[in-house]
Amino acid sequence: MLLNQFLFLSAILFCIGVYGVIARKNAVLVLMSIELILNSVNINLLAFAMRNGNADGHTFALYVIAVAAAEVGVGLAMVLLMYRNRRSIALDELSEMRG
Amino acid sequence: MTPSADLLVAQNVGFYLIAAVMVLGALRVVTTNNVVHAALWLVVVLSGAAAQFVLLAAEFVALTQVLVYVGAVMVLFLFGVMLTRAKIGAERELNNKGWFLGIPVSVLLLVTLVIALNDGFGSERMPVDVAPMDTAVVSDQIFGPYLLPFWALSFVLLAAVIGAIVLARRD
Amino acid sequence: MVVAASETTEVVLESGWFLENAWLIPVVPAVAFVLIIFFGKRMPRKGAEFGIASMVGALVLSAMAGMQWIGRVNAVSEYTHVPPVVRTWTWWQNGGVHFGIGQHVDGLSVVVLLVVAFISTLVQIYSVEYLHGDRRYTHFFGALTLFSAGMLNMVVAENMIQLILGWEIMGLCSFLLIGHWWEDSANSRAALKAFFTTRTGDVGLLAGTSLLFFAANDWTQKTLGVSGFSIRGLSAWALSGEGSTTAITVGAIALFIACIGKSGQFPLHTWLPDAMAGPTPVSSLLHSSTMVVAGVFLVARLYPVFFEGMDIYGSGLNLIVLIGGVTIIIAAALAFVQDDIKKVLAYSTVSQLGYMMMGLGAGAWLPAVFHIFTHAFFKACLFLGAGSISHSASHHSFDMKKDMGGLRKHMPVTFATWVVSTLALMGVFPFSGFFSKDEIIDNVGHAGYTAFMWVGLTGAFMTAAYMTRATYLTFFGEPRGAAAGVHHGDHHGDHHGDAGHGPRESGPLITIPLVILATLAIGSGLLNAVPFGHSWENFKKWVEPRAEVVSATGIASVVGGPGESRLAAGGEEGKEGKHSSPCGSEKPEGGVCPAPYVKHAEFKWSKAAVSLVLVFAGMIASWFLCVQLYGRRAGPLVGLTSRNGAARAGHRFLVNKYYLDHVYENVIVRTLAGPVARAAYWFNQRVIDAAVNGVGTTAKRIAGWVYKNIDQRLVDGAVNASGAGAQGAGRALQPVQSGKVSQYGALLFGAAAVGGLVLVIINT
Repeated sequence: MLLNQFLFLSAILFCIGVYGVIARKNAVLVLMSIELILNSVNINLLAFAMRNGNADGHTFALYVIAVAAAEVGVGLAMVLLMYRNRRSIALDELSEMRG
Repeated sequence: MTPSADLLVAQNVGFYLIAAVMVLGALRVVTTNNVVHAALWLVVVLSGAAAQFVLLAAEFVALTQVLVYVGAVMVLFLFGVMLTRAKIGAERELNNKGWFLGIPVSVLLLVTLVIALNDGFGSERMPVDVAPMDTAVVSDQIFGPYLLPFWALSFVLLAAVIGAIVLARRD
Repeated sequence: MVVAASETTEVVLESGWFLENAWLIPVVPAVAFVLIIFFGKRMPRKGAEFGIASMVGALVLSAMAGMQWIGRVNAVSEYTHVPPVVRTWTWWQNGGVHFGIGQHVDGLSVVVLLVVAFISTLVQIYSVEYLHGDRRYTHFFGALTLFSAGMLNMVVAENMIQLILGWEIMGLCSFLLIGHWWEDSANSRAALKAFFTTRTGDVGLLAGTSLLFFAANDWTQKTLGVSGFSIRGLSAWALSGEGSTTAITVGAIALFIACIGKSGQFPLHTWLPDAMAGPTPVSSLLHSSTMVVAGVFLVARLYPVFFEGMDIYGSGLNLIVLIGGVTIIIAAALAFVQDDIKKVLAYSTVSQLGYMMMGLGAGAWLPAVFHIFTHAFFKACLFLGAGSISHSASHHSFDMKKDMGGLRKHMPVTFATWVVSTLALMGVFPFSGFFSKDEIIDNVGHAGYTAFMWVGLTGAFMTAAYMTRATYLTFFGEPRGAAAGVHHGDHHGDHHGDAGHGPRESGPLITIPLVILATLAIGSGLLNAVPFGHSWENFKKWVEPRAEVVSATGIASVVGGPGESRLAAGGEEGKEGKHSSPCGSEKPEGGVCPAPYVKHAEFKWSKAAVSLVLVFAGMIASWFLCVQLYGRRAGPLVGLTSRNGAARAGHRFLVNKYYLDHVYENVIVRTLAGPVARAAYWFNQRVIDAAVNGVGTTAKRIAGWVYKNIDQRLVDGAVNASGAGAQGAGRALQPVQSGKVSQYGALLFGAAAVGGLVLVIINT
């Protein structure tokens, strides 16, 4: 097996995730796209862990999974709050940051 | 197959099959018009990632991936979908008005990454005959040299729990 | 007396199934807890049957283990060390540290196991009637059962981690049980107060445990092959004389802080009387055998650490004795001004715990443990008696002055058991309290803590006086309020009863536990009746660990069963008072010490007479005072506190509980918060502002010069041009700041991609 085949897979997933973050309007879908990005990072970490033959990548992959779980929890709580306040979770309606 | 050949046909075939399913699933996640379908396609991608982890000799991480992501996080997503009363059927206007902006950006990013990876790792091969990583080693890493990030992570989780409650409670 | 290791003799010790499997005792109620939570509501008796069955099971297991322990002890001579039955399974292993979960069963554990299982059984039976029809009946039994499981787990704990586990389970369950009727905000406040106060102390437990672990682990691993968390290892390490004295002392102080919190010692005793907000069976369990005994138990369990850390025989004063003595007096004084019968009992518990601590602090290990044993019976009986009164006679009120009085005619069983337990608590001769409390006082004096012996005697006098007052107010005099049949409006809606038609005796589910406990309040003292001679000291024989140097390899085996190797044949020459062991007084040679050698005072009737006379004096004086104060409408003493300034001040000081709550809530918070805020303000005003001002003034002068010479002439034109440019650029870029998150995302990733591409191209 080539190292690069894993890295390319990871890169493709990453870019698809980026596309999702940019293109999607529904906040839940944006969160899903972020999960794609985080997963591609994990594949990268584990591929290098195998290449280097140590457990550092495993450790950090586990950390990434834990952080992702926390992120989804907080993210969905924010989405719920948003839904409660404006009856919609469309991100393009949130333009308070307009300069 | 000579023993020295490290092409490892079975594993390669497995990799490409799963990778194809994953890429397809990921594309469906970001293009489908149905939020619930998107969540289910995400399950496919995440399970595929777990399978890739097994190929990468990371059994424990794969198990964790299945338990945490496919089990818990997806349930959370489905709850999120239901609680925000998204339509279960197909839905228009899941995309932004400027969704086409995403295509050049992600393609540009992919090109950059491919060039960089090709340049950096060329045709480097994975080591063969790698034994699956011993979970005890991972645990010794977590509770040994990487204890400090583990503590930080604990605080992050605590903060996330409290934050989620504060944000979502009705008062 | 230490013989070379080659001459070791094999002593085969008896053991048995129940002793080897004592770890099952906490498991039984833990399983019952799960059953209650999941299936309790569907059962015909709403889960109470699981709780009671598990407690009976635990009681049977404890009793059998106790029998087998007695057999094990009786098989060897009186001065031979009887190794505890230790079993351990690895619970956690990581990076060279591993500790187990298991059991460490010796005389102390067996006694406390028996007491806890026994009292819990009675309390659960009693609760069936007392909480009949309560809305959270099932949850109550669940929490009660888990509470007992926590205590039992702490008692059999093999190491400090397991002990902390049980300790914290108890903390959680006490919170749930005290706040059982949380709809009343006073109850939930009391629950929070109990939780936070004990948590304050628990910091000491965690700190002390980790400190002792790091100090002892190397030694214990090398010598005994066990971790620095193990109780056996810590005990031997503390007595080895090889550990750092500072570490032992600091560790002992930290652990003792936890005991202060848990056992309601001064100054963290304030949560205990408030904990009366819970249902009465909870108070009974909490105050007799479980929660508050946990702190005393910890000191008794790790006695070598405290023995060495506090230098118990080396000086005339140490922290444990001091805290115990202070607690005895201040809690007894507070008990005088309470109108709530349960609060009188609560302060009496605090005071009795002070006796136990004082005893432990002065080397009177055995009398203190014996006091745990006897106190559990009579205090549980008193609390359940108070509950019986409120349940059947005083209409769910606990106010002695308003709703009680003259009840002795209506509640003969409750009255009789109350009087028996009161006499036991006072320490009147044939009752159990005498044998334990008097021994504590005697031994404290014998160990050289003469001042504290007088503190104990004063405490005995005060105990007799306030208990006489409570008895008089409750059972004698004229019936008042609800006891006289008055129906009042503020009926507690949560726990309805069919009381309210005047006082009557409670049902058999309440009186039977009372009678059993009262019988034990009389009889349990005879287990260690020192005045009757050496042959009556069975409790000492069975429970007190014998101080003997044993070989390290011998007690390092995982199961302390048969086949101990010992260094000394031990004490055949010993007569009472003659035998002495090097443990605790010097460094053990060629082996380790499992327990320190403690002295025992010789019983003399002349010494006991002093305390008996004081007790009777307290009773008689208090009786006459009560008749004067409460029995008559007018008299020289009636209304003294409102007429005499000094008496009023003293009364108010006591009613406000020495203003300790006030100190905690206002003074400490204010002294901490105020100066910090003021210091921050001062720093802000003086330092930061001054610096900023200084910089500002200087900058202004320089700026003035620059303005005149350079700015006006040279730069101005350029600036004007660039300002116009910036404005134009801003206008041009404004659409980018659309407020749309997705566009920001696109810009971010796009820019990152471009940047990455540039770097890649440069590098290749």
